[in-house]
Amino acid sequence: MDWSFLLFSVVKIFVVFSVVMTMVAYAVLVERKVSAFIQDRVGPNRTTPFFAKFIPVLGPLLTRWGIFQPMADALKAILKEDYTPGHVRKIYFWLAPAIAMVPALLTLAVIPFGSQLGAQKMVIADLDVGILYTFGIVSLGVYGIVLAGYAANSKYPFLGGLRSSAQMISYEISMGLSVIPIFLMVGSLNLSDVISHQSGNLFHWHIFQQPIAFFIFLIAAFAETNRLPFDLPEAETELVGGYHTEYSSMKFALFFLGEYAAMISVSAMMVTLFLGGWTLPFFGLDQPATSLGMGLLHILIFLAKLCCFLVLIIWVRWMLPRFRYDQLMDLGWRRFIPVALANIVVTAAVLLFAKS
Amino acid sequence: MTDVLFYVFGGLALACAFMTVANPFSRSPVASALFLVLTMVWLAGLFVLLHAFFIAAVQILVYAGAVMVLFLFVIMLLDLKEEERRHWNRFGVGAGFITVGGLLAVLATTIVRSHAGAGLTPELEGTTHALGLALFQRYLLPFEAVSVLLLVGMLGVILLSRRDLK
Repeated sequence: MDWSFLLFSVVKIFVVFSVVMTMVAYAVLVERKVSAFIQDRVGPNRTTPFFAKFIPVLGPLLTRWGIFQPMADALKAILKEDYTPGHVRKIYFWLAPAIAMVPALLTLAVIPFGSQLGAQKMVIADLDVGILYTFGIVSLGVYGIVLAGYAANSKYPFLGGLRSSAQMISYEISMGLSVIPIFLMVGSLNLSDVISHQSGNLFHWHIFQQPIAFFIFLIAAFAETNRLPFDLPEAETELVGGYHTEYSSMKFALFFLGEYAAMISVSAMMVTLFLGGWTLPFFGLDQPATSLGMGLLHILIFLAKLCCFLVLIIWVRWMLPRFRYDQLMDLGWRRFIPVALANIVVTAAVLLFAKS
Repeated sequence: MTDVLFYVFGGLALACAFMTVANPFSRSPVASALFLVLTMVWLAGLFVLLHAFFIAAVQILVYAGAVMVLFLFVIMLLDLKEEERRHWNRFGVGAGFITVGGLLAVLATTIVRSHAGAGLTPELEGTTHALGLALFQRYLLPFEAVSVLLLVGMLGVILLSRRDLK
């Protein structure tokens, strides 16, 4: 076992974890600000910590932007009474929030979030089967919600849990099928190879080469993260709060943060698979960095693309109404799966034709 | 390091498998199903130690992520009560012993015949490329036969669950 490898891995895990958790906290703020903008409101603009008034000009500005709001939210989640209703199944009730949070974070281990800093590759684990690993972990995400529904031992959470397991399994299939054409083109399951295959030209990005695959993957990503228009597991109007009806304080916050962490991880996957990851096809930014500055720039490019997807996902939530459950299943099984299969066959045929 | 991890994963897999069938704390089917999920995860860990990353990932994806979710789904939907009493059926016990004994014999002879640990490579040939070539060239016929079998099973379920045909 190589000690420097171990050390650098621990550092990378720590840095990625803290960046992602900060992004989760501020994604909640962005969600509130975007919804306020769309609904012609102002959004959070009051939270002022004691030190804010000592900062001239910038202090009041940050307050108005709500920059301090996530801190207040976190404090509230931690200090609120952690109430366990009497009728729940205790062990599962404790287990479910933890399980809901973990898969979203594990997925990020194989995402290349930059090219190189010094001699270190900016990916925690450069697996040969990167994409299969992500799909495996994503498929475990359903347990948190199913267990939450079961643990609550009451009607609405249970219905929410059942809905989510059916929904997530169905959309995992179309999600998995939609990316197969990409790997037919790349010829490898390694995500770093996927990125290098997209370098050179803007039109080498898979979003332009495989628009159908991208479209299916995007919609399936909404369903996998239980976001509107597919948030049926927690549809307030039908199921009170769905699977997290019985949860309060930090346990509820874990579900809530888990949803945002899942948004970040699917966005990271979409950036890697379809938008060229950390590359930009201008100024030679598509080659692995040789200097520290370039390395940092690559990481910033990756984060910028990630944030675009996050804003898109948040924006869609406030623009579209919820689907009906049968419409959701119909879309998944009768539209997306046949289209994704056809896409695989066509891509394979074209590749074979181009080769011979 | 690898040896230590082998014993950790192997021990945990055995412990979880034991908890699946004979959990002393709870006889709820949901607990059994969840321990089975954990068993799958530790088995995937063993595959990783053999450098068979593809099989490890598929183990998680297919068994832990899809098959067991469906198991859990069905168990919850049927709302099975905890098993309150056990039936000791003479035929069942006999059949069980014969089956388990037979399996044990097959496994034991395989292990003995393979001279485990003697001159074997510590790595499994598990890269995606090699596996794909093996499945689509050498074992194409069995592979296709299995997929047809799965298709037949699926059609059977659809046919049986259509009420108007019963």
